[in-house]
Amino acid sequence: MQQEVVLAMLAKEPAYGYALRARLSAALGPLGDAMNAGQIYVTLTRLEKAGLVASEEATSTEGPARKVYGLTSAGQERVGAWLAEVSWPRPDLAEFHLKLVAAAAAGLADPLAIVDQQRRELLRRLRDAQRAAMAEPDRSDAALLLEGIVLRLQADLRWLEACERNWTERRGNL
Amino acid sequence: MSDTADTPVLRTRGLRKQYGKGEVLVRAVAGVDLDVASGETVAVMGPSGCGKSTLLHVLGGLDRPSEGEVWLDGRRIDRLGEKALARMRREAVGFVFQGFHLMDELTAVENVELSALLAGNSPRAARRRATELLERVGLADRAGFLPAALSGGQRQRVAIARALCNEPRVVLADEPTGNLDSAATLDVLRLFESLHEAGHTLVIVTHDDRIAATADRLISMRDGAFVDETRLAGGTSGKLGALAGLEG
Ligand SMILES: Nc1ncnc2c1ncn2[C@@H]1O[C@H](COP(=O)(O)OP(=O)(O)OP(=O)(O)O)[C@@H](O)[C@H]1O
Ligand SMILES: [Mg+2]
Repeated sequence: MQQEVVLAMLAKEPAYGYALRARLSAALGPLGDAMNAGQIYVTLTRLEKAGLVASEEATSTEGPARKVYGLTSAGQERVGAWLAEVSWPRPDLAEFHLKLVAAAAAGLADPLAIVDQQRRELLRRLRDAQRAAMAEPDRSDAALLLEGIVLRLQADLRWLEACERNWTERRGNL
Repeated sequence: MSDTADTPVLRTRGLRKQYGKGEVLVRAVAGVDLDVASGETVAVMGPSGCGKSTLLHVLGGLDRPSEGEVWLDGRRIDRLGEKALARMRREAVGFVFQGFHLMDELTAVENVELSALLAGNSPRAARRRATELLERVGLADRAGFLPAALSGGQRQRVAIARALCNEPRVVLADEPTGNLDSAATLDVLRLFESLHEAGHTLVIVTHDDRIAATADRLISMRDGAFVDETRLAGGTSGKLGALAGLEG
């Protein structure tokens, strides 16, 4: 589990560990089943050690004491930087998706602006790949590899279009 | 007309085109200001129904705007009479469509030379020009073929050759790679690139990210209006390896 994802899920407001897990499950649906609860707690402990998260024992009348986790100011900074960062070749769709979810939930950034920025970056790469492909003679080995890159980038761009549609509609419904 | 170097090849101001009225009023183009410089390749992208084709038709004088101005080479064209407009279309604009719009019963070379003939060239000059253009689009050996005997990509290249026949000031293309597979699209992109290098002015409306990525300027259109503009020049060279799983 990427640390920034856990951090971003806390950006809206502090949460118990199990509530944090519920937020992730809501955003990921069936894909979230692969995460186990232990992983999240391990990540939280690490983040706490790094000074990005602080926890408080919540006093409860019944059952065991539970910790509420919240971002420190260093944690907030890290989330801001993560939202602004454009990272693609990593094929991490879930990370990008969660970025949009977290940005919208916490009101930290406009999901559509993030989509736009990402789209520009992908178009730049597509431009490079397409130019390289156009310069190759037909049926060269390199042309085939470049075609693969172009097709993948196109698929990513199509998904971004879907993200844009979806977040535009959600904004309209607010 | 002022300084020709600075005069945009195409210019629109406050361009609107609507269909119907009252309940069923459709604002297909809703206030577009556009300047296309000589030698520029501009791509317009946007969701289906946002008004791309309508815009292109109005730009090329195939249709008249409901409001606003269209200038071609410093000359206002939206108020031209039918005859003058038809002549302007023939001589100054080259159209490329998704469905190719070739004449089924004419061979490739006949399709290309037709526009030169209509513009008043002698049959001999028209044939020379058409042959030259087919060579340029890599189809010299298919000159005598009927469209039915050509692949989609080849048909589109014939259509592009036809669009160039009268040395138009601007080529307007509507979804030119819409029906093509990835290899045929590459051929068309190469061809556009060579037109660009030769100084042609191109406006392409499309859903195809590959065209958008290779244009000088990318305009995003929504609900009849331009909402964003990007210049993609200055790529990311060096990162291509990472995209293919190679570190570096
Ligand atoms: N002749 C017409 N009469 C009435 N409405 C029309 C006419 N032509 C286009 N429209 C409407 O104008 C709007 C824009 O259509 P247009 O064909 O320009 O969209 P487009 O962006 O080219 O879409 P696509 O990507 O699907 O080709 C649509 O809502 C369409 O229904
Ligand atoms: Mg259209």
